[in-house]
Amino acid sequence: MGCGEKLSPLCLDALREIGNIGIGNAATALAGLLGTRVNITVPHAVFQPLEDVLAGVGGLEEPVAGVHLRIDGDLAGTVLYLFSQESAFYLIDMLLGQPRGTTRELDALGRSVIAEAGNILTGAFVGAIAGMTGLKILPAVPMFAFDMLGAVITASFAASGCDDLVLLIETDFMQEDQSVKGHFIMLLQPGYLQTILQALGITL
Amino acid sequence: MQILQGALPAQEALEIHVGIADYKVARKPHRLITVGLGSCVGVSLYDPGTGIGGLLHVMLPEAGRTGEIAKPAKYADAGIPLLVEAMRREGALLRRLQAKLAGGAQMFAGADEKFSFNIGARNAEVARRVLRGLGIRIVAEDVGGTSGRTMILDTATGEVLIRMLGTGIRVI
Repeated sequence: MGCGEKLSPLCLDALREIGNIGIGNAATALAGLLGTRVNITVPHAVFQPLEDVLAGVGGLEEPVAGVHLRIDGDLAGTVLYLFSQESAFYLIDMLLGQPRGTTRELDALGRSVIAEAGNILTGAFVGAIAGMTGLKILPAVPMFAFDMLGAVITASFAASGCDDLVLLIETDFMQEDQSVKGHFIMLLQPGYLQTILQALGITL
Repeated sequence: MQILQGALPAQEALEIHVGIADYKVARKPHRLITVGLGSCVGVSLYDPGTGIGGLLHVMLPEAGRTGEIAKPAKYADAGIPLLVEAMRREGALLRRLQAKLAGGAQMFAGADEKFSFNIGARNAEVARRVLRGLGIRIVAEDVGGTSGRTMILDTATGEVLIRMLGTGIRVI
């Protein structure tokens, strides 16, 4: 992803904007899934090196659910969506129509619910980017993990084959007074950042 | 050795953190810790003669590129020799070094056929090969499976402690 090169403020703004639109689309998808209104806080998107991402997302031993979606087509990379354990359990309760606090551990049903929710959210995120750039993006089948944050995130990075800058977006989807907090992380293989920027008509 | 150590003036054991794609060297009684090994592999080396220990956290098996490697400690093949060298500079003896490996798990499950399933196993495999090539004995391993690990090397004893989500501490 443009090995260590400096991105101009214009490029960074464009990338952040792409991220924000992706999150907006994901929120709409979540609202559809829940059949209720979902509000989002203005997403906080940053573009940073891998090591800083780890420091910014949370405690490395905290349990998280992670959905890893490989993308192919005109872009090659990975979208990873991480939910905190609390948010994952809450999301399961919401999607299964049970009172909050019912889910206390992750069973097979919970796993598939979270994997599917993550799949829909990441799919909506990727779809927004495709719509905005006109690029053809093919998402693969989602992969799922539930474990320590550090272990999940590094395993996703290692499998993605991307190792430089990543786009990190903190998300907070709110339904009434409850919120589902998560992080979207987009990693692109070398050279594909230029593909996005070119599709947006920005020259480096 | 153990008795002698008890007679020494008390020195507070520090916990020294080793980041991803990084390595650190410490001397007894300090502890080296690396958190959240998934498919990554932690390689600990210990010289019982001097109480010098080292810990490396690698993410990928091989640097595989020609020319300068930006972050050698990220790779098993480039990182292990660096750690060994750093320990020797501190006074550790190569022939006394004992290696332990942890991590190399398969964290993600699902049906994506093109997902790189074997990175964890490859990390461990290359780490073993490089250690063998340097003549370093691997005395213990806690590798594979589907869970993340935190690895702690206690330089006071040479023991490695493994911590996983929802389980107690295991000593290897």
